[in-house]
Amino acid sequence: MELSTLWFLLIALLFIGYFVLEGFDFGVGMLLPVLGRDDRERRVLINTIGPVWDGNEVWLITAGGAMFAAFPEWYASLFSGFYLPLLLILLALILRGVAFEYRGKRPAASWKRRWDWCIVFGSVVPAFLWGVAFANIVRGVPLDAGHDYTGSLFTLLNLYALLGGLTMVALFLTHGAIFVALKTTGDIRHRANLLAERLGVCAAIAAVLFLGVTLLRRATPAAVVLAVLAALCLVGGLIANRMPSRTDPQGRREGWAFAGTAAAIALAVASLFADLYPFVLPSTVDPLTNSLTVTNASSTPYTLKIMTWVALVFTPIVLLYQGWTYWVFRKRIGTSQIPEEPAPVPAAGGRAT
Amino acid sequence: MDATELARWQFGITTVYHFLFVPITIGLSFLVAGLQTAWSRTGNEKWLKLTKFYGKLLLINFAMGVVTGLVQEFQFGMNWSEYSRFVGDIFGAPLALEALLAFFLESTFLGLWIFGWDKLPKKIHLACIWIVAVGTVLSAYFILAANSWMQNPVGFRINPERGRAELTDFGAVLTNKVAVITLPHTVTGAFLTAGALMAAVAMWHLVRRPGRDTEAFRSAVKLGSWTSLVAMALLFITGDIQGKIMTEVQPMKMAAAEALYSTEQPAPFSLFTIGTLDGSRPVWSLDVPRVLSFLATGTFDGRVQGINDLQAEYTARFGPGDYKPNIPVTYWSFRLMIGLGVLAALLALWALWSIRKGRSPAPHKPSTRLLMWGMIALPLLPLAANSFGWIFTEMGRQPWIVFSQMKTAIAASPAASSGDVITSMIVYTLLYGALAVVEVGLLLHFARAGLPDVTPPPATESDEDRPLAFAY
Repeated sequence: MELSTLWFLLIALLFIGYFVLEGFDFGVGMLLPVLGRDDRERRVLINTIGPVWDGNEVWLITAGGAMFAAFPEWYASLFSGFYLPLLLILLALILRGVAFEYRGKRPAASWKRRWDWCIVFGSVVPAFLWGVAFANIVRGVPLDAGHDYTGSLFTLLNLYALLGGLTMVALFLTHGAIFVALKTTGDIRHRANLLAERLGVCAAIAAVLFLGVTLLRRATPAAVVLAVLAALCLVGGLIANRMPSRTDPQGRREGWAFAGTAAAIALAVASLFADLYPFVLPSTVDPLTNSLTVTNASSTPYTLKIMTWVALVFTPIVLLYQGWTYWVFRKRIGTSQIPEEPAPVPAAGGRAT
Repeated sequence: MDATELARWQFGITTVYHFLFVPITIGLSFLVAGLQTAWSRTGNEKWLKLTKFYGKLLLINFAMGVVTGLVQEFQFGMNWSEYSRFVGDIFGAPLALEALLAFFLESTFLGLWIFGWDKLPKKIHLACIWIVAVGTVLSAYFILAANSWMQNPVGFRINPERGRAELTDFGAVLTNKVAVITLPHTVTGAFLTAGALMAAVAMWHLVRRPGRDTEAFRSAVKLGSWTSLVAMALLFITGDIQGKIMTEVQPMKMAAAEALYSTEQPAPFSLFTIGTLDGSRPVWSLDVPRVLSFLATGTFDGRVQGINDLQAEYTARFGPGDYKPNIPVTYWSFRLMIGLGVLAALLALWALWSIRKGRSPAPHKPSTRLLMWGMIALPLLPLAANSFGWIFTEMGRQPWIVFSQMKTAIAASPAASSGDVITSMIVYTLLYGALAVVEVGLLLHFARAGLPDVTPPPATESDEDRPLAFAY
């Protein structure tokens, strides 16, 4: 296999990792006001993803860095072309990251409410816009001979791309609800189960529509197979979400359900990449000359070879310790484990007398 | 202003802002790791209290460093796509490595450290914060290797067909002599900053809250101040070596640091200059003879090339054009970097002096009041010095974005309009401004709060219901 093809696969893998992992923490973020009825419940929700969300986000940074290193032309055209959506994504991710860290730092309800909205905004917006962005990547955008984007913001907001955005949001909502059910106890778990049932149906409809339209435009055999598998996994996960747990009659088979939605997201994204190959950013104008492909966008074989070795050595290590984090924090949590507010800070400016 | 000019301002603003948080993160993660190690070794509760106290300040700061770092990675593609195309084959690899080797490490083990207080064995929990600290330096190394390539491109060839620079020797990029010396200089700058922050906060408590955790805060003043002093000494050494390497690879930058227009042997160093508005001619200046010669060459009678000679040399080499950076900016940022850093070290020394041999500064004495003003300035000075250091090194490289290979003027994104760049500039400015207010408010709040109570929760509760330690 050509190294550039290998790197196309690796970048696909990094984005799959990003969407599967950050997908559920986006979902949890979006569901914060829905599943968290009071502050204590919202803290339960945030603490389910507390130790891991930042590590999940690094998948995006790594994907971006890998794209820059392996396909500089792709990185350059995509990031300068999708300027305003990316700006919004950055704004959202900044607010969200700060919100997790800062919301618990002051006791005032208004303080927390504001950060809660930052978390919701910071989860919905990137979920939707990544869907829009990937739909446009697969669909193709107008590029000139220098591979520079010539469209406007509204070129990107076409119906197909908006459907992609909605699909992403629906999938992440379902994925997040099932994650909450998997990680909590008591009432929240139950409500998350029920919500996942309803959200799952929406997600399934949206995903089938979106992948269907994608494959009608252009279908490669691999993309079709992966899309069908994605649909099956989603349905399987939703069925598991309805089956009673063997250990706890109140609960459902959330582990299997989560595996199902995770696999569905992974396979759906894989299907998009399979449909894209060998392009990385097709052009709708003069596609034969202006499109970016794995060949004309890639770095030199020397750079790719070095990167391949680094990836082969370090990716397993990363997976190992990230996996370990999930193991350390594997226990379910409930409202009873949320500590009281920290004691209020003594009045400021207490000068010595 | 055209899109390139706007993109430059944006890069400057977002990078200086990002780099307010980075040095604190690097330095403080090591200091907190040190505090926790002291607790683990001695069992003395004061170290645990200090770990949690400064740990909280670290986390507040860390979050800002992470989110503002996102902008940096996206910005190369968004605003500088021509640059990205030209250098991607070389510049992208260290960025990818930074994410894979450092960011995963930092984020994952920081999560384990925050949430793992009662979940992990003590030794492993301690290892987590050390891993975070090592991760911050790894990250610094990779990004500095990338930046150093822009200052001193090595290990590449130009492919005229694809119009880009291509990697031929990755080892040369990673061992670039500019990178090898810039890393210790930057990291010691981080220690100067974090030490200053630690000492200043602790001193505030000693004076304003006498009798409360005095023993612990005295230790923190000592640790912070000594860290800053040692860092300053190392900054002089690393900075000196860096100056000589810079003279070798970017002589124009050294000439611009002194605003030295004509070649001189020996060359003086001016502490202060009143120049004409365009900076081309000094009206009055306070000179120390031969010092620039020493900074640039290591001997007191070394020859230092002047701006005009270099301009002529570059014109012959690269064709007609203006090869001078903005001289007033480079001249003053160079001096401010050094001057403010030294001032911070002096303040740290004062803090140590004021608590010598078990003494403590008496409240209400005028000298104590002055000391308090000094303590407010103490963490701000190194932050400013760091910023001026970066402004000097980046502005001193102009008009090049990659020295001798690509000019900044042709590096911006053709696809990003002025409107796009203005929009993002407005968004970042408003967002960063608001976040600065929030962040400083929180830092002050928790800095004032004093040391936390570290008595463990009653052991009677069942494990199931035990509250999470350090939960969000």
